[in-house]
Amino acid sequence: MTLLPDRTEKKLGLVIDLDTCVGCHACVVSCKGWNTENYGAPLSDQDPYGADPSGTFLNRVHSYEVQPETGPAQLIHFPKSCLHCDDAPCATVCPTGASYKRVEDGIVLVNEADCIGCGLCAWACPYGAREMDAAEKVMKKCTLCVDRIYNDNLPEEDRVPACVRTCPSGARHFGDLGDPDSDVSQLVAARGGMDLMPELGTKPVNKYLPPRPKDGLDRDIDVLAPWLAPVAEDPKGFLGWLDRALGKIDGKTTGGR
Amino acid sequence: MAHRQPQIDLSPKVSDEVRKTTCYMCACRCGINVHMKDGRVAYIEGNRDHPVNKGVLCAKGSAGIMQVNAPSRLRAPLRRVGPRGSGEFEEITWDEALDLAVSWLEPIRKTAPEKLAFFTGRDQSQSFTSFWAQNFGTPNYAAHGGFCSVNMAAAGIYTMGGAFWEFGQPDWDHTKLFILFGVAEDHDSNPIKMGIGKIKARGAKVVGVNPIRTGYNAVADDWVGITPGTDGLLILSLIHVLMKAGKIDLDYLARYTNAPCLVIDNPGAADHGLLLRDDAGKTLVIDRANGEPMPFDRPGVRPDLGATYEVGGRTYRTVMAHMADKYLDPAYAPEAVADRCGVPAGKIRALAAEIARVAFDEAITLNQSWTDFRGETHATMTGRPVSFHAMRGISAHANGFQTARALHVLQILLGTVEVPGGFRFKPPYPKPPEAHPKPHCKSQPNAALNGPHLGFVHGPADLALKDDGSPARIDKAFTWENPMSAHGLMHMVISNAHSGDPYRIDTLFLYMANMSWNSSMNTRGVIDMLTDTDANGDYVIPRIIYSDAYSSEMVAYADLILPDTTYLERHDCISLLDRPICEADAAADAIRWPVVEPDRDVRGFQTVLVQLANRLKLPGFTDDAGQPKYEDYADYMIRHERRPGVGPLAGWRGNGDGEGRGAPNPDQLDRYIENGGFWVGHVPDGALYYKPWNTAYQDWAVQIGLYDAPLPYLFNLWCEPLRRFQLAAEGHGDRQPPDHLRARIKAAFDPLPIWYDTAPDNHGAEFTVTALTQRPMAMYHSWGTQNAWLRQIHGHNPLYVPTKIMREAGLEDGDWARVTSPHGAITVPVLEMAALNGNTVWTWNAIGKRKGAWALDEGAPEATKGFLLNHLIHELLPAKGDGLRWANSDPITGQAAWFDLKVRIERAEAPAESQPAFPPITSPVGKGPKDLKWKLGT
Amino acid sequence: MHPAPSVILFTTLSGLGFGLLAFLGLGMPGSTGWVAFAFFAIAYGLAVGGLLASTFHLGHPERALKAFTQWRSSWLSREAWVSVAALLVMGLYGAGRVFLGAHWAPLGLLGAALSLATVLTTSMIYTQLKTVPRWNTALTPILFLTFSLAGGALLAGQIDIARVLLAVAAAAQLAWWVRGDGAFEKSGTTLASATGLGPIGTPRAFEPPHTGPNYLTREMIFVVGRAHAKLLRLVAAILAFAAPLVLLSLPFSHGLAALAVLGHLAGVFVSRWLFFAEAEHVVGLYYGKR
Ligand SMILES: Nc1nc2c(c(=O)[nH]1)N[C@H]1C(S)=C(S)[C@@H](COP(=O)(O)OP(=O)(O)OC[C@H]3O[C@@H](n4cnc5c(=O)[nH]c(N)nc54)[C@H](O)[C@@H]3O)O[C@H]1N2
Ligand SMILES: Nc1nc2c(c(=O)[nH]1)N[C@H]1C(S)=C(S)[C@@H](COP(=O)(O)OP(=O)(O)OC[C@H]3O[C@@H](n4cnc5c(=O)[nH]c(N)nc54)[C@H](O)[C@@H]3O)O[C@H]1N2
Ligand code: SF4
Ligand code: SF4
Ligand code: SF4
Ligand code: SF4
Ligand code: SF4
Ligand SMILES: [Mo]
Repeated sequence: MTLLPDRTEKKLGLVIDLDTCVGCHACVVSCKGWNTENYGAPLSDQDPYGADPSGTFLNRVHSYEVQPETGPAQLIHFPKSCLHCDDAPCATVCPTGASYKRVEDGIVLVNEADCIGCGLCAWACPYGAREMDAAEKVMKKCTLCVDRIYNDNLPEEDRVPACVRTCPSGARHFGDLGDPDSDVSQLVAARGGMDLMPELGTKPVNKYLPPRPKDGLDRDIDVLAPWLAPVAEDPKGFLGWLDRALGKIDGKTTGGR
Repeated sequence: MAHRQPQIDLSPKVSDEVRKTTCYMCACRCGINVHMKDGRVAYIEGNRDHPVNKGVLCAKGSAGIMQVNAPSRLRAPLRRVGPRGSGEFEEITWDEALDLAVSWLEPIRKTAPEKLAFFTGRDQSQSFTSFWAQNFGTPNYAAHGGFCSVNMAAAGIYTMGGAFWEFGQPDWDHTKLFILFGVAEDHDSNPIKMGIGKIKARGAKVVGVNPIRTGYNAVADDWVGITPGTDGLLILSLIHVLMKAGKIDLDYLARYTNAPCLVIDNPGAADHGLLLRDDAGKTLVIDRANGEPMPFDRPGVRPDLGATYEVGGRTYRTVMAHMADKYLDPAYAPEAVADRCGVPAGKIRALAAEIARVAFDEAITLNQSWTDFRGETHATMTGRPVSFHAMRGISAHANGFQTARALHVLQILLGTVEVPGGFRFKPPYPKPPEAHPKPHCKSQPNAALNGPHLGFVHGPADLALKDDGSPARIDKAFTWENPMSAHGLMHMVISNAHSGDPYRIDTLFLYMANMSWNSSMNTRGVIDMLTDTDANGDYVIPRIIYSDAYSSEMVAYADLILPDTTYLERHDCISLLDRPICEADAAADAIRWPVVEPDRDVRGFQTVLVQLANRLKLPGFTDDAGQPKYEDYADYMIRHERRPGVGPLAGWRGNGDGEGRGAPNPDQLDRYIENGGFWVGHVPDGALYYKPWNTAYQDWAVQIGLYDAPLPYLFNLWCEPLRRFQLAAEGHGDRQPPDHLRARIKAAFDPLPIWYDTAPDNHGAEFTVTALTQRPMAMYHSWGTQNAWLRQIHGHNPLYVPTKIMREAGLEDGDWARVTSPHGAITVPVLEMAALNGNTVWTWNAIGKRKGAWALDEGAPEATKGFLLNHLIHELLPAKGDGLRWANSDPITGQAAWFDLKVRIERAEAPAESQPAFPPITSPVGKGPKDLKWKLGT
Repeated sequence: MHPAPSVILFTTLSGLGFGLLAFLGLGMPGSTGWVAFAFFAIAYGLAVGGLLASTFHLGHPERALKAFTQWRSSWLSREAWVSVAALLVMGLYGAGRVFLGAHWAPLGLLGAALSLATVLTTSMIYTQLKTVPRWNTALTPILFLTFSLAGGALLAGQIDIARVLLAVAAAAQLAWWVRGDGAFEKSGTTLASATGLGPIGTPRAFEPPHTGPNYLTREMIFVVGRAHAKLLRLVAAILAFAAPLVLLSLPFSHGLAALAVLGHLAGVFVSRWLFFAEAEHVVGLYYGKR
């Protein structure tokens, strides 16, 4: 139970592309919708129409500004849910065995029937991936949509997490990160996928693809200059060029033919 | 020891049934699968087969459950019992409500139909609501487009017969460089995100031109943090550089645009600056083969871009030559515009060079032959894979029409419109401006209006003026103040009705527009106008009827409320006749149908309009004997025919196999439901690009009823209608502008795109900072009724202030600032932002709420910390000292200039709540519950 | 971390209680009969009272027995076992003392060891958390144990030992504070490592994910002002250590001893409040706070 399995057969997880995430919160709300209606207790809301509304969410989108040494500041939208760590401290601290990592696929889950709501697992998680539901008083966390990904009642193509299925920009990818040949592993390899807080030794399964380098136009001014070599300096010269250029086009096929 | 773990059910039942309909949490209109348990809504996800969203769903769409169970839902028709604005109502029956409405409307119709002003908000049934208004006979109808993005729509249609907005899209599958001007979210919410995702997955490039680097602009590979209101200048500078480098598509320009058309040079004459035409009215070009003038569409003609034509002692030069004169001017050199635009000259050049590189060095060829309107067959299709998109960042400025034109001219010069990798129209576009109706405004008692209200004017003759020259419409659309106001001017209705200028009205009938709050400029002023009384103590606007589904701020200001259903409880029609859901590859339309029955005494508004029409015996809705033609909206959707065989829905017509054309089919709605709520008709392969000139496309469009005969046309780099208004301002013609407008019309209505600065009119010298709003992706104005899930994401809205201004004003995160415009002041919380143009502040739009609205607690953060910039914006410009008050609008289209707002910022002591604070309104629906645990299954 | 009263009560009271039990197990004092009863009653009152208080903090106290299952990995589970074992063993041993006047020294020794082990397990619950750098140090068990022993000695009336242990505990506290103040920086966890965005430039939290609070912000993010914390530290040090030491150096009286105990108790409360309130969880980085 709370001991982590020596190894898991698969390492299912998410790969989140920080280069593409537009911060729309679609994943946040579809996660709330699916997990309110499905696995375990509903994700409740307190004071939902009041002065201090709050509720349980398993996935939230932060945003950060990054100031590079040169060039303008950048803004990065940053979705965050459970990273299904290989070395999940949230599981080992759990006194009841409610928190566990599945041996088949590495998904870290909470068995709500066993949870005493001590909160220790949330303390142990560096990523803020666990939230105690204020109504049900049990720990809630991303289930990696374990009740979707194997669900025979869903069409095969829909057996992916709700947040992945809904992400409009395609910034979320789901797959087996234990299999080096999987699409997600390939993506991680190609794009330099990274761990969050690697120094804490949690060995997250979920990976983040860093934003690609930005604002190249500020750097490539000289490289691009040849494309703007003038053909004319004034309207008269321009018309002369036009005539010559049209002469070349005449009789031969270019654009649109 | 073996690892032990609990057994869990990996295949729980998902739902009893899936009902497929169309989302309505915004105007994007995605397809949704509504999962039902025990007849109730359990879970909503995107419909994978749907042409718009292909399975994805945004935050709002996924939060639809919280919309359908919202405590703010109105429950029954309401009659006002307290004073306007109090929110005090009594519930009445539908019979009483309809009787009351008829008792107000019938006398108006019998005597002076124009005394009804019927305006609708983000109406998705405009072809229907306008049909109702037309049959009522009032000239006073429009939807919200005038304050939204008419600049974008009109500039697109006048220039190239189609616009951005959701009427076209980049060729997401082929484009290699996508440049986005002034977009935070747009109507095409999911498609744009999907498109950007596709581009990025391919490793192609996105450039964001926007003062603010969030959302799409945050993921853009390059950010051009432009100073607001200067895009026109930037674009003209790009044009300058590209023309100078010869990086324009001459073949495309010669064949498909009016660049080779001849401009009349006859200074002082009534035709000076118009295009030379033959007797049949066809514009003339010089054929390179023989140097002779020819109608542009003559088979075999090879138009000469640089020709001059001398006849009768006059020299006619091409549009292209005029453009060279204008845009090669050093005033447009990057160095000359850099400071004004807040973009370094080098960056402007680099952007131009990148555009040139991709357009010309990375051109692509599709092996697809096609035949053009001159009868010439082309073996391939050449793509210049640079695409553009723009929206309100350009539109919502008083120079927006010309700026949007400039952007279209740029695309056209590059040859990127309707080519692979470029910008593509979605059916029913392309459609030349001439093929649109003109505005109609002739009303008479007891009769229908003489034609559709809205349309495209082509010169002074088409203006909506009465015989005495005064405005025919209450909003003064299509008048000299804003002649080309194709969408009407919703933002002027209340203030004009209040001042009785151009005339008084009796009943203001509004649908789905929160005009007493976030949808109005000058919110306080509008509230005062709505509640103002005359010497007798009567309301200056005598009667207000309003249809809303929720307890909005506007509800409190109406006399009679016609409560609508939620989107899952009614029939709706997303029709090719107004704003359909087409893709560039396909025509498509869709329906909504009641996937759940309302649990309250509410009715779909369109059905209510049918019922009103039947009681009023409106032509179009009743036969000669006065018998109703349609029972309700669903019935209308099936049986109404606009033209023989062409109705609201294009799919499954006739016996079920008619696409676009065919007799009404009683089973049509069932067929839609079976198909997931939508219909798609694919554009044939050979017709996918070059649509305005592609005979295969034109024939297909006729076949499915988009138009009745092929309509090939040229793109209008030179915009003649503009020139016709200039000619009038120069004194030509019988319809003459008032003198005070002549100079402005002469200056602004240039037939080639220009840029002018709007800052001086807004006292930009004293108020140096531009204040903007952006759409939050997870919220839709007040449509979402501060949905329980979404309001946790956006419960209040700070003002984002650039680092430099924070320092100068001594501000820190969490401090409050007083923001002053020439019109007013607000005091609001601030947060620092670095990725922001240094002279710009901004906030999320429409998060601030009025206390007492939306069934929220009066201490809701939306009311105590949230705020609107609308208090700082006025529908009129600050006084200029000429004794006149000029509209805060684009002089061409009347588009509301929301984003010309100039402010000043200073630190303020934190008030108890954001200022101005308004007293609460009484909630007609009570307050929401204290806890929420929404689960149907166990 | 949010300084929850139940957890502060728990660690303070049970620490003292098990400290006293440890001394009782070692036969200090070796009283029997009613006197022993009083000592054991106080010790049990504190230890069990503390443990009970800890269950207030549970969402589902009725399932508390499940907490015994994970002793192989969970310090909380181990604490459950060891505390029960300590209470049972000491119960038996105490019964011998109270009712039979018997000194079963090996049993007492075992009980004392289990009592201290309980305190150790409690401290390990916090120590093990890499997410809270201030706690994640061998000094934390030392802090808990020295506090427990000093308080135990004080309660057990072992004045000389108490004087030494109070000084040791004060030193532990000082060391813990000094180390704690630099712990977060030393941990190497920053917003840059939390987001992986460091290679691009300097990251800064911009918008939080939701405008409202959530469980994490309420539970993990608690900010005490620097000046406020300094003052409280002084109060804690004076009450928990300085005052008792001074009082104990005065000629002995029961009144003074009681004062010393009360002062110590109050000081430990303040120290424990700070233990939580000053502890920064790394998740705060994501929210622009720490
Ligand atoms: N989620 C969501 N979607 C919506 C809506 C909503 O409320 N929520 N509203 C719908 C409606 S009614 C509309 S009209 C559309 C509008 O959709 P958008 O056109 O995306 O409208 P805005 O959010 O107003 O964004 C305007 C953008 O223009 C930028 N901008 C402002 N001034 C300038 C300028 O001078 N130059 C440039 N380059 N940029 C500028 C702003 O920074 C902002 O990013 O969205 C529709 N879609
Ligand atoms: N400062 C600032 N102000 C702006 C803008 C800006 O950029 N900045 N943008 C402007 C623009 S472009 C627009 S389009 C407007 C948007 O303005 P509106 O179109 O007025 O949008 P909403 O505030 O969403 O108001 C719509 C009303 O419709 C109601 N409603 C929602 N669903 C239904 C339904 O199913 N049936 C009925 N009958 N009613 C329903 C809602 O409750 C609400 O009261 O805001 C404008 N205001
Ligand atoms: S992210 Fe947190 S909750 Fe998820 S496995 Fe890792 S430590 Fe546990
Ligand atoms: S809150 Fe529940 S899951 Fe978390 S550690 Fe405690 S018992 Fe385990
Ligand atoms: S995988 Fe499922 S539970 Fe996890 S964040 Fe995504 S939607 Fe939520
Ligand atoms: S749905 Fe996708 S794009 Fe939107 S916030 Fe989530 S990850 Fe980002
Ligand atoms: S974009 Fe979102 S709210 Fe708009 S229709 Fe699509 S899913 Fe619904
Ligand atoms: Mo709009």
